[in-house]
Amino acid sequence: MTDQLLPLDALHRRLGGRMVSFAGHAMPIQYDGIIAEHQWTRTSAGLFDVSHMGQLTLPADAAVALEALLPGDIRDLREGTLRYSLLLNDNGGVLDDLMVTRRAGDLYLVVNGATKVADVAHLRAAGLDVTVRDDLALLALQGPQAVTALGRLVPGVDTLRFMRAAAFAWDGAELWISRSGYTGEDGFEIAVPAARVEAFAEALLAQPEIKPAGLGARDSLRLEAGLPLYGHDLTPDISPVEAGLSFAISKRRKTEGGFPGAARILAELFEGAGRRRVGLAIEGRQPVREGAAVIVDNEVAGLVTSGGFGPALGSPIAMAYVPAAAAAYGTRVEVEVRGRRLPATVVPMPFFPKSYVRGVAP
Amino acid sequence: MTLYFTKDHEWVSVDGASGTVGVTDYAQGQLGDVVFVEVPAAGTGVTKGSATAVVESVKAASDVYSPVSGTVSEANAALVDEPALVNTDPEGRGWFFKLTLSEPGELDELMSEEAYKTYVASL
Repeated sequence: MTDQLLPLDALHRRLGGRMVSFAGHAMPIQYDGIIAEHQWTRTSAGLFDVSHMGQLTLPADAAVALEALLPGDIRDLREGTLRYSLLLNDNGGVLDDLMVTRRAGDLYLVVNGATKVADVAHLRAAGLDVTVRDDLALLALQGPQAVTALGRLVPGVDTLRFMRAAAFAWDGAELWISRSGYTGEDGFEIAVPAARVEAFAEALLAQPEIKPAGLGARDSLRLEAGLPLYGHDLTPDISPVEAGLSFAISKRRKTEGGFPGAARILAELFEGAGRRRVGLAIEGRQPVREGAAVIVDNEVAGLVTSGGFGPALGSPIAMAYVPAAAAAYGTRVEVEVRGRRLPATVVPMPFFPKSYVRGVAP
Repeated sequence: MTLYFTKDHEWVSVDGASGTVGVTDYAQGQLGDVVFVEVPAAGTGVTKGSATAVVESVKAASDVYSPVSGTVSEANAALVDEPALVNTDPEGRGWFFKLTLSEPGELDELMSEEAYKTYVASL
């Protein structure tokens, strides 16, 4: 299968990005190097092209129909507000994680690139009128200097708070900007008309605070931030409660139910899930990877679902699913790598503290 | 001292019956930031083409294959504290292990530096 080329393909190549195949798209995995891009994003601002993700809209009156597919409160979502939610199967397993934003005239959804085709089919099968916004590119500008740098080009973005969004403009191009991201840093996600995204990205990259960052740094940043990656830490077999994402089950929906797998999920909420997603700090310097066995009391008790080296921490970290009895902070486990057992400890996530700008706009 | 190269981007520098093994500059560029290297202990017997060391970048683990057969005489202890030497000096201080060759005839199957440069240019 030939990879789909995204609107910024030529720019990535001009910037020296190393292109790889990811979810059917040619994407830059790195430019200068993952560690350099990771640290730049933690201290200044990294620009990520995430145009492989699916941008969808639903009619404004689709909230109730959408609630039949996910456990979030969409009906009462306020205009300009994002909600993190999960498309669920009938067993309460996760089909995808996504962001839903209520806008003046529609509901705007951002879904994962690898699952977007299946998501659209799933939404349409439920009778929803889905518009696929292939005409839009999506950028993520992440890091403590993002607000300063973006504010120079797009005045007013500093008034947004975490998980809020609004329409802006740059040089005649309409932008939809949310204060959100996948790195644990303050930052923005920006929908841009595909025809204008190269000029806009170049204008951003001309700001001294901003450097391009690739998929490799996106992955190491989200791992340090304790954020799950669909297809790895979230799958159709894993429930939101097991994944530690109970916050995504809105209060009203806990009372009313009416979402797929509600019986299992509500039972797990009140009685506890049998297994839990946990963070592991690995002793020493050797990273552990997805698929590595987690050993508790000398028996294989779970699996690593994401693992790598945390550049800002300077040590290896991982996410794993373990039995509830082994999920308490401080529990000592071992992770098996190439026949050797590395000692590890269950620790709270995020591994690296988040820097979201929360609160009400001034 | 003569340098030989493999298609998997390892190098071996040979002095008599003794060889020093590492990965090439091309390989480290492909690997990206190296954060951990697992090298065989002295005394380990290795065969040509077998997975002998592991190099871990931020993203993934990759096997390093021994270019020749022999017995490991020394692992590079400097890589324990400074794995990034593989990136900064891959064909120098970033060497992986030294070994005593058991089948010196295997060297004939490897590439010269010039042949390797041509090979990399073709990739």
